[in-house]
Amino acid sequence: MAVAQATVSIASLEDIARTLRRDILRMIAAAKSGHPGGSLSAVEVVTALYFGGVLHVDPQNPDWPDRDRFILSKGHAAPVLYAALAERGFFPVDELMTLRRVNSRLQGHPVQGLTPGVDASTGSLGQGLSVGIGNALAGRLDGKSFRTYVMLGDGECQEGQVWEAAMAAGNYELDTLTAILDYNGYQLDGPVNSIQSLEPVGMKFTAFKWNVIEIDGHDLRAVLDAFHRAQEHHGQPTCIIAHTVKGKGVSFMENNNEFHGKAPNAEQLEVALSQLAE
Amino acid sequence: MPETTLSLKMGRATREAYGAALVEVGTANHDVVVVDADLAKSTYSFMFEKKFPERFYNIGIQEADMVSVASGLASSGKLPFISSFAAFMLCKGFDQLRMGVAYPHLNVKVAGSHGGISIGEDGVSQQSVEDIALACALPGFIVCIPADEHTMTAAVHAAATLDGPVFLRLGRPKALIVHEPGVHFEFGKAIQLRDGDALTIVANGLLVAQALLAAEELSSRGISARVLDMHTVKPIDDEALERASRDTGAFVVAEEQLHHGGLGSVVAASLAAHVPAPIEFVDLGDRYAESGSPEDLLEKYGMTAEHIVLAAERVVGRKG
Repeated sequence: MAVAQATVSIASLEDIARTLRRDILRMIAAAKSGHPGGSLSAVEVVTALYFGGVLHVDPQNPDWPDRDRFILSKGHAAPVLYAALAERGFFPVDELMTLRRVNSRLQGHPVQGLTPGVDASTGSLGQGLSVGIGNALAGRLDGKSFRTYVMLGDGECQEGQVWEAAMAAGNYELDTLTAILDYNGYQLDGPVNSIQSLEPVGMKFTAFKWNVIEIDGHDLRAVLDAFHRAQEHHGQPTCIIAHTVKGKGVSFMENNNEFHGKAPNAEQLEVALSQLAE
Repeated sequence: MPETTLSLKMGRATREAYGAALVEVGTANHDVVVVDADLAKSTYSFMFEKKFPERFYNIGIQEADMVSVASGLASSGKLPFISSFAAFMLCKGFDQLRMGVAYPHLNVKVAGSHGGISIGEDGVSQQSVEDIALACALPGFIVCIPADEHTMTAAVHAAATLDGPVFLRLGRPKALIVHEPGVHFEFGKAIQLRDGDALTIVANGLLVAQALLAAEELSSRGISARVLDMHTVKPIDDEALERASRDTGAFVVAEEQLHHGGLGSVVAASLAAHVPAPIEFVDLGDRYAESGSPEDLLEKYGMTAEHIVLAAERVVGRKG
């Protein structure tokens, strides 16, 4: 049975991250719609999960009951998830170019039961952490050791349900549950801090009885280290606050919120891909 | 209401039958997990908690979280039954039901207690009168309002063996018994309680007993009414309605729900598509109720046997 990939070098993970970025941009450009900014900010975390030996999953058996779960609660970043699933072998990489087209398995936001490897339907913000709790509780009831990972957006944490879930997971001492906050600082209408600040967000999770780890979310070594520390931590769920850059990797998209939900045109795609040359 | 010869025995509230049935399905199936949002004493899910504390979660007053947690439990092979007041479950958990249960068609059973206005004194905030319309709007959901303890027991067992989402409405007050213990029960199949040829009364929940009392009174006035317990609003029993339309040619639909989007709407759509017939509606209308005793409220807001009798006479007068 396939489990996690063998530990690979940071250099090769960086190559994979670049490939995922290229996939993201190509599929969004082909779809002429989608969310590049928040997909690009999450690339290193998703790379570490799927290619750094963190997630125990089997592309040949996506519904394997003992697999680790990954729930992309910020569902608009679907392209980063689809890119990782395709490059990991859950479905053909060519299929990425069907994103958002009629009859495609790759919907605008992730759909459970439609796309192999997708563990929850998301896109209405605020729900994924709760779904993660349900999976983790089921694992605990069955005496299984699988882990559940949930990626939250920063703007998403303005939703009340996130804090309902934070309260419940802390009280349930769900140490098989790990949340990753993709803290890129922007939401659709602008900077998170100018709309509805989360700060002090680490203290909030601490107060809700979580183990909190803060890292540079683009430093693959730090990301992997954070996941390992989460696995070693018992009696509490872990929240990894990953400080990231929206649009990371493409000069004209970085911290440019225009690309929150806008596809690059052909010319922009060409420039972006040249910046991400293999 | 004039004296009738029909006497119905008072039974347990359907919420109490729900709690007892949870214990039965939980005994038979160890994957059954029950979640409540601080209303376990009211929904009777506490009965399951007492028997299987390790498979019960009182998640606190967070209905949205509860629904999504159930999605996760079902995704990992559990059979969650979640309960709260119907008003809170459907109104506060609707997006979560839509995204996390209906869309992926997960095996989650949703129980909304304190349906209708017959909860009485607590008033409008706790009275659920939109839940049936909301639940019917969710693709793939079975939507069921059992009339008495026997059909509630049967419905919980049926829900536990069926793979897919189910909404059950539970009632607060004790309910008159209209079915035999062990009654044959199937989602989507109406139960005919009385035959007649002048009209058909289609009812569910508490209104089924009122329909039987009304039919008895109508009989003394020379009007013979068929009574269908339409416990399942979705999928509706088109066949039973088509047959009733051909046999009786007129309908009264009686339910404890707003006028729009409930049993009345669903029956009207079915009849219009198959064998159209005149219909009169006995329901809450397009308004909210108030605090009061259940009896006073049902009387004031027009959902008693007497109201069904008047509606029946009107609809018989409309027949061609």
